[in-house]
Amino acid sequence: MALLEFTNKGIYCAPADVYIDPWKKVKRALITHGHADHSRWGHSYYLCTKSARPVIRHRLGPINIETVDYGETRTINGVKFSFHPAGHILGSAQIRAEYKGEVWVASGDYKIEDDGLAEAFVPIKCHGFITESTFGLPVYKWQPQEEVFDEINQWWRENKAQGKVSIISAYSLGKAQRIMQNIDPGIGRIFTHGAVENINEVIRKQGVPLVETTRVHSKIKKDEYKGGLVIAPPSATGGNWIRKFRPYSVAIASGWMGLRGTRRRRNADRGFVLSDHADWEGLNQAIKDTGCEKVIVTHGYTEVFTKWLREQGYEAYAEKTQFETETPEDTDE
Amino acid sequence: MRLFARLFTTLDQTTKTNTKVAALAQYFAEAEDKDRLWTVAILSRRRPKRTVNTTMLRTWAAELSGLPLWLFEETYHVVGDLAETIARILPEPERKSNQPLSYWIEYLQNLRDLDEAQRKEKVADAWAQLDYTERFVFNKLITGGFRMGVSQKLMTRALSKYTEIEENTLAHRLMGDWTPDSTTFEKLILIADPNEDISKPYPFYLAYPLEEAPEELGAVSEWQIEQKWDGIRGQVIVRDDEVFVWSRGEELVTPKFPEFHPLAEQLPNGTVLDGEIMPYQDEQPLPFNLLQTRIGRKNVTKAILKKAPVVLIAYDLLEYEGEDIREKPMAERRQRLEDLLEDNPTEGIVLLSELVEENTWEGLKEERENSRAHFSEGLMLKRRDSVYRSGRKRGDWWKWKVDPLTIDAVMLYAQRGHGRRANLFSDFTFAVWDGEQLVPFTKAYSGLTDEEFNEITAWVRRNTKERFGPVRSVNPHHVFEIAFEGIQRSKRHKSGVALRFPRISRWRKDKPVEEANTLEDLQGLLEVYGA
Repeated sequence: MALLEFTNKGIYCAPADVYIDPWKKVKRALITHGHADHSRWGHSYYLCTKSARPVIRHRLGPINIETVDYGETRTINGVKFSFHPAGHILGSAQIRAEYKGEVWVASGDYKIEDDGLAEAFVPIKCHGFITESTFGLPVYKWQPQEEVFDEINQWWRENKAQGKVSIISAYSLGKAQRIMQNIDPGIGRIFTHGAVENINEVIRKQGVPLVETTRVHSKIKKDEYKGGLVIAPPSATGGNWIRKFRPYSVAIASGWMGLRGTRRRRNADRGFVLSDHADWEGLNQAIKDTGCEKVIVTHGYTEVFTKWLREQGYEAYAEKTQFETETPEDTDE
Repeated sequence: MRLFARLFTTLDQTTKTNTKVAALAQYFAEAEDKDRLWTVAILSRRRPKRTVNTTMLRTWAAELSGLPLWLFEETYHVVGDLAETIARILPEPERKSNQPLSYWIEYLQNLRDLDEAQRKEKVADAWAQLDYTERFVFNKLITGGFRMGVSQKLMTRALSKYTEIEENTLAHRLMGDWTPDSTTFEKLILIADPNEDISKPYPFYLAYPLEEAPEELGAVSEWQIEQKWDGIRGQVIVRDDEVFVWSRGEELVTPKFPEFHPLAEQLPNGTVLDGEIMPYQDEQPLPFNLLQTRIGRKNVTKAILKKAPVVLIAYDLLEYEGEDIREKPMAERRQRLEDLLEDNPTEGIVLLSELVEENTWEGLKEERENSRAHFSEGLMLKRRDSVYRSGRKRGDWWKWKVDPLTIDAVMLYAQRGHGRRANLFSDFTFAVWDGEQLVPFTKAYSGLTDEEFNEITAWVRRNTKERFGPVRSVNPHHVFEIAFEGIQRSKRHKSGVALRFPRISRWRKDKPVEEANTLEDLQGLLEVYGA
């Protein structure tokens, strides 16, 4: 039996009797990061990194939660656990488990590129590696983020020159802050949807400086938005909420914008290819750098990516998480 | 190609018509003549001949990218666009190219005389010097399926903006059997030639579907009413003792219809008829699919002529005694058409589309319900005082189609879609019950909303039984109402039937799978409506 295995509740470590990112209620949960499909409500005990805690507390309310520093070892029933940066969002971690000389890493969601906000990804040597495969096809290739932000800045400037409001659709935890931190704030004012601003407040409170933003509310006069940038979650940009900003241009920032078909389907004016997940090369590089023999592939193009890894000489398996069932485009948090 | 690639990007990034027209007009202003002409050609569906097939492309692209072919194929199924898949997976270009669009088209055309190894070398060398968008465009030039979100009409409008020549005049000049190799931008577009190509047809006027109640259209007496014939829209031209037959796709199809060749003697020069090419025998129309089998053939053999003979059911006259009469009212054109056919008998080659004589909308509704009985798809309503316009325009011509036939069917197989439907399961195979068994009888692609496609995609991912390449078999669970226009006996299909224009009309979430229709029900429809 492997040190980490998939059960109907989540990734289970039997000797320690703990779960990693479980989706059903368990006694002890180790959490990689605060996104809803990894950090669920109802466990009796939570363990996460220090910088992941505030958002998790904010989202889940009063819970029994402990924290560790990156790299700090926590031994549970003889299994040594440690958390290492995954580069996905602020506080996100890969969880390393070591028991009787066998080392496994559950990477959660990760990306290789340093986005300037999330703690940068660090490869961890292991025997077995659990990887996501959200963008596990060779057609997904990310440009360096500087190039993407050049495009976004240019789009914002052009809209401003035309007297339009620029609205960008991005998940409220992670992508929204990444955009705020990397965009050129000299172009104009940055406004945020309430869901985004709530997260901003949590992050500022934990001592991470974010650029100045203004929460969208009814007292702001329409003219004030002119030439500004509004960051809002996809649920808001798809509805009536954005009407008040007319005239506007809507863009979506997501890895899925890398496919022409999915971009055109979304009916946005622009699509920027910006993801907090690893692209094809990122996934392959990350797996190679672990020096592992065994890979468990979850979440995404699991079957195809598993077959590819087997051809590369890995002992690879596909496993389903509960969230396997969603439409893939809904999962780029 | 940079200029053309930039145009493509601009068009691809907007849904606004004005932005598209402006971008195109600007492109026409900046591009060189040859490129302008090729752009006009591409946007009027005159594509360069294919010199590399897609199997070669896939193999070469996979090889150059260092990927196994199976992974390339899997990726392609998800992306749903071969040109895009290839452009994305290839390694970064090694150098840049400043060559224009027409250079690359000629480059591709010159592959014709090379062997496979040389073609591969040429294509690989092109890929090595084109950036992502240029590669994408280059690949589209090879595969042919060029959709830039610009209709011929929109292109004509942009061309009009740039040349300051009237749109209708341009539409006419753009028709006909030209290729960029046979003409120049100046000759085709800019110079008004008094002896313009004698084969040149007029742009077709296309009807809009009637969605409101017919009563909204006013008095019945203002309308000329005919059957909506289920054939191929065609224009027959007689000029200089020659006959030319055009189909709606602006294809010159004269050789495919030898039945019409005697018209060169039978009709006066300077005659242009608009009508429906219909399979027809013993004074009655035949089912459309007979015609379909005939169109697909390269050679029209005697056997085919015997099995699927055609006539032209004429309903409009566009040119009379060499004069363009499209600006005359419908009623007057109709009168001249009737006179013309009476004075010039064609021995049954051209028939007059009979008028439906009914004085009330109620009576017409009944007539419409009956239309399947005479192989018509419903009724056509044409305003008596209307001129013959070009393209699809609201107001004067309406098609009032009979409600489709429907059947409730079970989804059995799902396949990922293309284009806007990339990464979604959107192509389905449906079955009906035959006792305990489900018999597949049709495929259908369209008819669901984006939300429904998302929902069914999530479901397919969860309920896949087996995978066969891009196709997945799923548990029989969901029932859909399939609408279609006609039903035929068919030996090619296991179910023994073939449907015309099948599409999904409703997702019957209320219906358990056991209550879907049966093969017997389908055969019942065949008895009543089939042939």
